Amino acid sequence: MNIPFTKHTLANGLDVLLHEEHACPIVAVNLWYHVGSKNERPGHTGFAHLFEHLMFEGSEHHDSGFFQPLQAAGAALNGSTNADRTNYWEVVPSGELELALWMESDRMGYLLPALTEKKFVNQRDVVLNERRQNYENRPYGMASLAMLAALFPPDHPYHWSTIGEIADLRAARVDEAHDFFRRYYHPSNASLAIAGDIDPDAALALIRSYFEGIDPGAPVERVRAEASLDGDRRILLEDRVELPRLYLSWLTPPMFAEGDAALDLAADVLANGKTSRLYRRLVFDERIATDVSAAQNSRELCGFAQISATAAPAHALPALERVIVEEIDRLSSEGPTDDEIGRGRVQAETQFMQRLQTVGGFGGKSDQLNAYNTFLGRPDYFNEDLGRYDRVTSDALRAAVGTYLRNTGRVTMSVVPRGRIDLAINESVPANVL
Amino acid sequence: MTVKQTPVVVDRSRLPALRPVRRFPFPAITKSTLANGLGVWTAHHPQVPMVGLVLLIPTGSADDPAGREGLAAITADMLDEGSGSRSAIEIHQDIARIGAQFDTDIGSDAMLVSLTSLSRFTGRALELLADIVVRPALREADFVRVRQLRLNRLIQLRDMPGVIADRIFARLLYGDAPYGHTPLGNERSLSAMTVDDIRSFHRSSILPGGATLIAVGDCDHATVKAAVEATFGDWSVGSDRPSLQAFSTSSSPRLTVVPRAGAPQSELRIGHVAASRSTPDYHALLAANMVLGGQFVSRINLNLRGSKGITYGARTSFEFRRQPGPFSLHVSVDSAATALAIRESIDEIAAIRGDRPVSAQELEIGVAALTRGYARNFETLDQISRAVAQIALFDLPDDYYSQFVPRVEAVTPDQVTEVAARHLHPDQLTTVVVGDLDQIGQNLTQLDLGQPAVLTADSI
Repeated sequence: MNIPFTKHTLANGLDVLLHEEHACPIVAVNLWYHVGSKNERPGHTGFAHLFEHLMFEGSEHHDSGFFQPLQAAGAALNGSTNADRTNYWEVVPSGELELALWMESDRMGYLLPALTEKKFVNQRDVVLNERRQNYENRPYGMASLAMLAALFPPDHPYHWSTIGEIADLRAARVDEAHDFFRRYYHPSNASLAIAGDIDPDAALALIRSYFEGIDPGAPVERVRAEASLDGDRRILLEDRVELPRLYLSWLTPPMFAEGDAALDLAADVLANGKTSRLYRRLVFDERIATDVSAAQNSRELCGFAQISATAAPAHALPALERVIVEEIDRLSSEGPTDDEIGRGRVQAETQFMQRLQTVGGFGGKSDQLNAYNTFLGRPDYFNEDLGRYDRVTSDALRAAVGTYLRNTGRVTMSVVPRGRIDLAINESVPANVL
Repeated sequence: MTVKQTPVVVDRSRLPALRPVRRFPFPAITKSTLANGLGVWTAHHPQVPMVGLVLLIPTGSADDPAGREGLAAITADMLDEGSGSRSAIEIHQDIARIGAQFDTDIGSDAMLVSLTSLSRFTGRALELLADIVVRPALREADFVRVRQLRLNRLIQLRDMPGVIADRIFARLLYGDAPYGHTPLGNERSLSAMTVDDIRSFHRSSILPGGATLIAVGDCDHATVKAAVEATFGDWSVGSDRPSLQAFSTSSSPRLTVVPRAGAPQSELRIGHVAASRSTPDYHALLAANMVLGGQFVSRINLNLRGSKGITYGARTSFEFRRQPGPFSLHVSVDSAATALAIRESIDEIAAIRGDRPVSAQELEIGVAALTRGYARNFETLDQISRAVAQIALFDLPDDYYSQFVPRVEAVTPDQVTEVAARHLHPDQLTTVVVGDLDQIGQNLTQLDLGQPAVLTADSI
C-alpha cells in the first residue's frame, strides 16, 4: 500500500510531487505554503488565515475573482489555514491542468500588484463574519480559543487561534499583507503536488514553464517555542448553552514524534465509538454524559490531547471528571486489551485505505503527499506512517497514557450556561478569551 | 491524456483556452432480485481493496405517523443496538474487529444503512448488516437510553441558530404534512413513544420489498448475490413500496422572527415549496440554481459576500424529493445587515424570473460547473454507492449518470427563465430569521413583508 510518486525540486526551491493514476479523468493540484498562525505575532493574530482569503481575490494578470475561471472550467477548489500550514487545491478535468497551474503560479508570483486596500477591507469583513458564524454564534464555539490560551503561554504561537482576535483583525492593514506575502509566499517555502490523470513528463514541463521564473524568496526561519504546564489549571467559560461540558487537555509530543501514534490510539480506546471505555461508562452504563470525545491533536511544535464530555441533564461535571480520571488511570496501569489493540490497527488500516480513494481535496492523496513532504521532507512516508500504528504495543500505549495524561500538567475547562458558574468544576477562574 | 509534449510558452495576457472534457464511464450496474423482493445491485470499482455496502430502505421521516414524529429516525438508530443475544456493545465490537465503518442516514424519503470495509471482510460485513437490519434486538432498556440521548440532543439544538431556523422553516412550509418536521422529531413526540412503536414500525416498514442492497467496489455480482442470499434471504417478505400520496402544504406568514438576544449574526432561511425529483424541469432548475445561488460565483453569494462582505457565504438549493421539496436560501449575516440581506435576496430571486434574465455567459459558467467537473462526483466508493442509491430511490434509468451531462448542456437561457418563473414565486417566499430582535426588529418592519410573526425556538 503506497502512493507512487516522483519528486523534483525546481531551481527556485519549489518542491514538485507527481502521482499518476488514470481511474477518473480528473487532476488534483495541491499547493502548500509552510506558514500558518504559528508564524504570527501577538497583536497580529488571525493574519495567516485572513491572507488566505486574499489569495482568492485576483492577481496581476487575472485581477478578478479566483473562483470564476476555475469553476467555469469545471473545477472544485478551496483553501484552508491552520496553525502550521496553509493549503490551496483545485480538482480539474484532466485537460485543465494548465489553467490551474496558470492561476496558482500567477498568485504565487504576481499577487501584490492586485492586492488593494479595497479588497483587503472587504475580506477582513468576510473573516469577521466567519468568526461570528463559526465561533461566536455557535454553542461551545469559543471553547477551543479559551483552551489554547490556557494551554500555551502568551508568547507561544499556539496561544492564539487561527481565526484570530477581533481587535487584531480590525487593526490589520493592507501593507502588512504585502509584507506577509513577501516573507512566506514564495517557491522555497512551498510544495506542489499533482495527482491524477496526468502524463508526468508533460505535467513537469508545464510546471517548470509556469513556476520556474518565480523568485525563490528568502528562507523562512523555523519557529521555535517551548511550552510546559504545571499543576491543574482550572478555567470556566460561560456560553449560550443548555448543557455544561467538561474539557481536559494536556501537552503532548508533536506530530510524528514518539508517543504521537500511541496517544492517537489511546484516544480511540478511550472515546472513539460505542466500544470505547468512556462511551461505555459515561453514556451507556452510568448515563451521566450525553457525549464524549477524545483526540490527540498532532501539531508541528507541540501536540495536545483533549477529552471532552457533555453532562446529561441533571448531572454535574465533577462526576464526569471523576470517571474520566478513573478510566485514564486504569488504562495507564492495566494497558489496553489485545482486542483493543487489534481493533485499533485494523481501523487504522481502513482509514489509511480510505484516503487512497481520492486524488484531491482536503486529505486526498495530493494533500497527503504534501503533508509528509512539508513536515518531514519525506513524501514517501505513507507506509511508515501506517507502520507507526502497527508498532504500538500494549506497553507503549500504557506508557504514553501514563506519561502524558497526568493529573498534574492539565487544563480543566468547564463550559457552563450563562449565569451558572456554580456548575463549573471547583476553583475555576474565568477563561481569557477575546 | 491530451497534453502536448511541445515546449510550453507561458502567455499571461490571457487564460488558457478550455479543452474538451473526456467522457467518464459510470460503472455498469448489475441487478438481481431475491425471492423476498430485496434488490441486489452491484457495481465494480476496484481502485482500492474495499467494498462499500449500502442498504436503501425507502422509508423515511415522511412516513412518521402523526404524533410520532421522529419514529423512523429512532428506529434506524435502534438497529445497531444489539441483535439476537448480542448487546449493542458486542455488535460494535464485531464491526470494529473488521475495521468497518458503520453509518445510518435518515432523510424524508428513505434511510440508508451502510457498512464499508476492506474487501477481505465483505462476507462478514454482510452478516453483520443483516443482523443489524433484519434481526435487531429492539430492547426496552436500549430504547429508553437511545431516546434519552435524542432528547438531550434536542435540548442542545436549542442553542444552534442554524438548526432552529431549519426546523421552523420546515414547519412553516409544510405544516402537519410529512415534510413539516425534521427527522429527529420533537420532545413531545419522542416522550410519547414506546418500544412497541419501534417494534411495530420495524415490522411494517423495514422490509425487503422495495429495499435495495448496493455493493460497490472490489467485488463481483455473483459472489455478492450468493452472500446476500445467505444473509438476507430469510428476511420476511413485505409489501411493495407504499404508493405516493400527494399532500397539501400550508400557507404561512411571510416573515417570522425567532428571537436570539445578543446574537452577532442573523441566521436566515428564505424559500417555499418547489418541485419534486420527477419534475421534467429538473436539469433546467439545477442550471438556474447554479446562477442564482448554487455556487461561490453565483449572483446571491457574489452580492452578499463579494460586494457587501456581510456574510461568510450564501447558498440556494432545490431539494428534490419524491414529493415537492423546498427551494431555500441559507445564509448567516451580520446582524446589522439583516434587512438588507433579505431585501437583496428576494430581489435576486425575483430578478432571475425575467427582469434580469440569465445571460448566455452566466448560464455557460453554471452549466460548466455542473458538467465539466462531473467526473469527480464518482471517485470514491461512498460517492458511487450513494449515486446508485439515488437511481433506486427515484426510479431513474440505469444510464442516468451518462445522460446527465448532455441534458444539462442542452438547457438554454430561455428555458432557465421559463423554469425560474414557473418554480420561483417571490410573493410566496417564507422568510425565517433567527436573530437579535431588539437590534433588527425596527429595520424588518421596513421590508414590506408585513409585521413579523414572532415564534420561540421550541414553539414547534
